[in-house]
Amino acid sequence: MSDMSYVRSEMLPERAPPASQIGFVGWIRANLFNGVGNSILTILSLIFLWYILSALLPWIFAPTWNSGSLNECREIFGADGGHGAACWGVIRERWVQLLFGFYPEAERWRPIVGFGLLFVALIPVLFNMISRRMNWVLLLAVLGLAGLYLGGALGIIAGLLLLGAAGFVGFKAFTTSKEDRAAEIESGAKRLPNPFIFSAIYPFIAPWLLWGGSIWLPVGAALGFVVGYFAYRFLAPVVGSLAGLIIAVLAALIWWLLLMAPMVDQLDALFTIGEGPGAENLLALEPVESRNFGGFMLSITIGVVAIACSLPIGVVLALGRQSDLLIVKALCVGFIEFIRGVPLITLLFVASTLLNIFLPPGTNFDIILRVLIMVTLFAAAYMAEVVRGGLAALPKGQYEAADALGLDYWKAQRLIIMPQALKISIPGIVSTFIGVFKDTVLVSIIGLLDPLGLSNAIRADQDWNGVVWELYGFIAFMFFVFCFSMSRYSMYLERRLRTDHS
Amino acid sequence: MSSITLETHADRSKMEVSDEVAIEIRDMNKWYGAFHVLRDIDLKVYQGERIVIAGPSGSGKSTLIRCINRLEEHQEGQIIVDGTELTSDLKNVDKVRSEVGMVFQHFNLFPHLTILENCTLAPIWVRKTPRKEAEEIAMHFLEKVKIPEQALKYPGMLSGGQQQRVAIARSLCMMPRIMLFDEPTSALDPEMIKEVLETMVELAEEGMTMLCVTHEMGFAKEVANRVIFMDAGQIVEQNEPEEFFNNPQNERTKLFLSQIL
Ligand SMILES: Nc1ncnc2c1ncn2[C@@H]1O[C@H](COP(=O)(O)OP(=O)(O)OP(=O)(O)O)[C@@H](O)[C@H]1O
Ligand SMILES: [Mg+2]
Repeated sequence: MSDMSYVRSEMLPERAPPASQIGFVGWIRANLFNGVGNSILTILSLIFLWYILSALLPWIFAPTWNSGSLNECREIFGADGGHGAACWGVIRERWVQLLFGFYPEAERWRPIVGFGLLFVALIPVLFNMISRRMNWVLLLAVLGLAGLYLGGALGIIAGLLLLGAAGFVGFKAFTTSKEDRAAEIESGAKRLPNPFIFSAIYPFIAPWLLWGGSIWLPVGAALGFVVGYFAYRFLAPVVGSLAGLIIAVLAALIWWLLLMAPMVDQLDALFTIGEGPGAENLLALEPVESRNFGGFMLSITIGVVAIACSLPIGVVLALGRQSDLLIVKALCVGFIEFIRGVPLITLLFVASTLLNIFLPPGTNFDIILRVLIMVTLFAAAYMAEVVRGGLAALPKGQYEAADALGLDYWKAQRLIIMPQALKISIPGIVSTFIGVFKDTVLVSIIGLLDPLGLSNAIRADQDWNGVVWELYGFIAFMFFVFCFSMSRYSMYLERRLRTDHS
Repeated sequence: MSSITLETHADRSKMEVSDEVAIEIRDMNKWYGAFHVLRDIDLKVYQGERIVIAGPSGSGKSTLIRCINRLEEHQEGQIIVDGTELTSDLKNVDKVRSEVGMVFQHFNLFPHLTILENCTLAPIWVRKTPRKEAEEIAMHFLEKVKIPEQALKYPGMLSGGQQQRVAIARSLCMMPRIMLFDEPTSALDPEMIKEVLETMVELAEEGMTMLCVTHEMGFAKEVANRVIFMDAGQIVEQNEPEEFFNNPQNERTKLFLSQIL
């Protein structure tokens, strides 16, 4: 019996782990050479890697950057070196085209600025650790650089002023600590406006920058939302929220379809100097036609719009699919199943050819707009199912707790259900985003000049006839950069939203 | 069944029952499809009453108290809570829900919000309380359930007993006149059961009207002024706890009590 009892007389101190577990050598031993089998596998993998890289690296690091045609490349390498080395001259000569398509050279600053502003608009949406003031620093800096890029006395003065303002705000942001700033705000210091304001107006600025035309068009479009908002705000308490919503949508539609065009004409007339063909509108950008769009600019435009619009539409569809209202449910299910059951290419063909047949003759419905609508709807149908998966994963108790606290349907959805459902669905949502972005290359089939379409055009040039790997490699690399960023962002977001032990 | 003995004796002198009716249920019937879960329920609850509902599994206890804040819909009869009848009129439902707090077996805290946010959410969005004030109220009730120091943590980081106390605080932040408890302790370990029951005793001592489905008969004896026994969707017997436990009348009640005591 006595050897069954044991009493510890002294507690053991904490010890460092054995040396084989830590440090570089320890790591290698533990992960690559633990056991005979694993060691053999490691060595085989290294040999395989060496084999691949020894073929690939010389191909990539070929000194062909300055060549002007495939023949020049061949001269550099000798006639037989057809695929022995990459011919990067094609990228040097055509990368601008791969990025912008046939967008007029003088106007290229517009997509560049639009792209820069896209990040400024996205940052407050994507990250919440960056401070309000840093957002405005970024915005001012992008606008300032745009001014400098444009040049001209006005551009340079405005650019320098904006950069100066950015520097000033940035300096203040760096010199006052977070706590000091919080105290200042507490004691009534004025805060900069919420950067979400810019995120909200960006969707109106971007098309104006890309397509040009009168500035009053985007302003009018934005006013439509304002009209709808106020209609809802004032009518919903009187006629109920559903009727209020319907009236608000009608009011906005009336504005867009009937009232907006006269307003835009009036305002344009006001800001136009001169008459006849020589007239100049002070507040308009040179219009650029959709058929001049191309390259990554086109892919990113379609991708960003489809991504940004498909998520909210998908959420609405997912909720509609769960609705108790029979008609709403039937509509949503029908839409989702129809769109998911049809290949995207079919939808794109419908967009490019059939829609014209149904539209009244003479209406000129922009081809990119048509493609945008189709790709967005396609993505939204998938998104709806991804979100529905997230909704289904939520325990019923969450709905009951929200109900029991007296939250109505929309508040419960917004505050309790959606934040959790979307968080659960992040991997699926981002997969859909990545899929949509990659699917944008399908537009080359209906004749739009996305990077793939352009690569065909470039290979048709007799200088570059036969260049394949370099072009596709470059395009693949660009797509990889975007898709990999999205994937990393989603992992960051998942980590940030984790609320269990930490 | 467990029988946790409460260390503190509930001070019954403070628990006054007024003659104002808090809940009135008349001839209420409910079906799940063809299954008749609640049959001819008649119940009057006065302001300040502490009622414990007991009964075998599947007897309809949960369904009954879930009907009171319309998490379930009844098909026949009337339920009137604080003068508002529960009908399909959503306004009435919202009104009743904001006056009736509910605590669930599995806590149902919102895992994506901090403890403090869990407690301020409904006051801010339903009652339109300013955030600062809502936070003060929330801290007050978190202190009352003895976990103010956890306010900024997330529910996933708390023990079961702590989570259930947060759930109670969350309900209290809406200043309800009636509290419903659906087996608040049956997902907890004995040590945690005690801390939750003690919180509930305190609440009773402050005169809260409580309807509590529970198997904690110690709690029923200490706190309840009435015990209701349900079986097969009916109220089989109701009485003061003393009488109910020592002198049950119905055969089913006797059987039930002999099994759990
Ligand atoms: N949503 C539902 N649909 C159909 N039947 C249900 C539903 N919810 C409960 N029931 C049935 O109704 C009866 C009463 O259920 P209820 O949950 O009210 O019982 P309970 O008394 O709370 O039991 P327990 O002590 O196990 O919680 C049970 O037979 C159950 O199977
Ligand atoms: Mg139950």
